[in-house]
Amino acid sequence: MKLLTHNMLTSHVKGVTNGYPLLIKATEVKVNEVDFNAQFVSRMIPKLEWSALLQAADELGQRQDLPSELVADFENNEEFLKKVHRVLLEVEVMEGCLQCPESGRQFPISKGIPNMLLNEEEL
Amino acid sequence: MKLKELESCLQQVDTFEEPKILLEQYPTSAHIAACMLYTIHNTFDDIEAKLVADLGCGCGVLSIGAAMLEAGLCVGFDIDNDALDVFRRNADEFELSNVDLVQCDLCCLKTEDYRHSFDTVIMNPPFGTKHNQGMDMKFLRAAITMAKKAVYSLHKTSTREHIQKKANDWGVKMEVIAELRYDLPASYKFHKKKSVSLNILHTLFQPG
Repeated sequence: MKLLTHNMLTSHVKGVTNGYPLLIKATEVKVNEVDFNAQFVSRMIPKLEWSALLQAADELGQRQDLPSELVADFENNEEFLKKVHRVLLEVEVMEGCLQCPESGRQFPISKGIPNMLLNEEEL
Repeated sequence: MKLKELESCLQQVDTFEEPKILLEQYPTSAHIAACMLYTIHNTFDDIEAKLVADLGCGCGVLSIGAAMLEAGLCVGFDIDNDALDVFRRNADEFELSNVDLVQCDLCCLKTEDYRHSFDTVIMNPPFGTKHNQGMDMKFLRAAITMAKKAVYSLHKTSTREHIQKKANDWGVKMEVIAELRYDLPASYKFHKKKSVSLNILHTLFQPG
């Protein structure tokens, strides 16, 4: 699971009003090289929940020197875009779980795939 | 990448080991996947550097093709662990790093939370013909919510009017891009013929 995907995921357990962002408890994290596309990263940035991305990167110990505020004029700042690219697309959680911030329900991540399926009584 | 080249790559993609009838798991043929993706890429430019979702991705032939055509990221969603396992192995074999997977049930996903999250949604949904009538429309509804720009989907030609009516109800523009023949090799015990051929539509939906 990449952090761009994580940035979109929400817990939908019955009764939960704010299941976002999911906490990450990782036991295995990988960093894979992914081709850098400045245009794609610039387009993703305004759609991100920036604070959720920072929190996720922190939880994985992968934040490095990513600034806590979006830099101005980021479209033309290749160094910044590369940092965001790394966190969004190259860092991958392979094993561990996601945890709903409200209910504490855990969603296992196995072989890089988060399992968001709910039981009948959770729907 | 040429169409032929894409199709021959996609022929290397592994499909369901034991397809599950309840989930209506039929593989999308390499030919259909390649035709569909090639048009989306070349005519509409809705893959390269885009955030793409593949709903009911199964073993991932559409996602893998989208990744080859340089999607920024293609996220496959499926309920079935076994299919996702094959998908992951396919992605590893092709050494694709711009795909990601989520196991979930699209029928109970609160898609409102994913409103306009993706630039493009591609899918070959269950046709909703076996024990799951209406499933195709549930997938389409989810896709239209999740896509910001366009949904590309395969549907049985015989359901065209019904889909058009739904699209009108939802205020979504629908356009049939191509009519294709889908040759399904016999994959379930109840299939008496060696293969069946279906007319299907490659359809574009543009959320309003």
